[in-house]
Amino acid sequence: MAKKIPQINASSMADISFLLLIFFLVTTSMDVNQGLARRLPAPIPPDQKIEDTEINKRNLLVVKINSVNQLMVQGQLMDVRQLKEEAKKFILNENDESFYPKLFEEDFGAPFGMMKYTKEHVISVQNDVDTQYQAYLNVQNELVAAYNELRDECAHKYFHKAYKDLDEDLQKRINKIYPQKISEAEPKNYGGN
Amino acid sequence: MAKIRRNEKREMPALNTSSLPDIIFMLLFFFMSVTSMKEVSYKVQFQNPQATELTKLEKKSLVRYIYVGTPTAEFRKQYGAETRIQLDDAFADKSEIGDYIVNQRSAMKESEQGLMTVSIKADKETRMGVIADIKQELRRAYALKISYAATQRTSY
Repeated sequence: MAKKIPQINASSMADISFLLLIFFLVTTSMDVNQGLARRLPAPIPPDQKIEDTEINKRNLLVVKINSVNQLMVQGQLMDVRQLKEEAKKFILNENDESFYPKLFEEDFGAPFGMMKYTKEHVISVQNDVDTQYQAYLNVQNELVAAYNELRDECAHKYFHKAYKDLDEDLQKRINKIYPQKISEAEPKNYGGN
Repeated sequence: MAKIRRNEKREMPALNTSSLPDIIFMLLFFFMSVTSMKEVSYKVQFQNPQATELTKLEKKSLVRYIYVGTPTAEFRKQYGAETRIQLDDAFADKSEIGDYIVNQRSAMKESEQGLMTVSIKADKETRMGVIADIKQELRRAYALKISYAATQRTSY
């Protein structure tokens, strides 16, 4: 008669794996790390003289946020929900208005061809020391959204695809047409109401 | 004729649980793959602000975190209720950020040093003065790639 191998009692296996499972549940977190990606400007070397770069007034969109989170765009009170449309109009300047940035014509290569774009536009965000982080992020978010929408529209027009589905190379070329220029001044105490 | 089986024992057949460990292991692997390890134990409490134009932070090893918020209840007695900065596992002053970033960066592979991203996890109620200070420190330390940690906003 063949020798029977005694069966190993595996009933505690379930308990062991339960313990492991619970350990992982406790030590891990579900939230994915996501955020609004931005790039800071390089620091100014201390020996360098600060030059006042002259920016033509029409090329500048000034967005100010005060200490009670009110928004002022080009000297006018505005709701943050309108900011995206305003920024898009500013970046595009479709009708070549004199109060929007100057248009430059440049050849971007096939399939874009000659295109007019506002090469020198700058969006300047200024906030108060007491501005709430959420309000600041809302503004940043709307401005980034404006660029993203313009780029996406361009991608749909020329490639019939969403911007995020394009190759990196094509994305870079679209970025050239809509260069992201958000400048941030250091916060000042503008005071509230 | 029907037989009355009264005296026969009616024992429940033992349930075969040999596949239970496998099921639990599957659960375990599922959780291991979808979750991420907690980076540190929080000493400050914060609620992420909301935004829509979010990008995912791809490589974990390239990301360093700066936490900004009010101290949690157990530390409030010692540190007060003012907004504080936490680096790794300890409270820190804003002047320590530069050193921290430089240290962390030099510990990285040389090819990856330029790709370091700093994620600012700040409470949505934080005053911008604090954030601006942090940004200045990061600029000085040449940590220019930053990410404002936020959660997806579904509606206004």
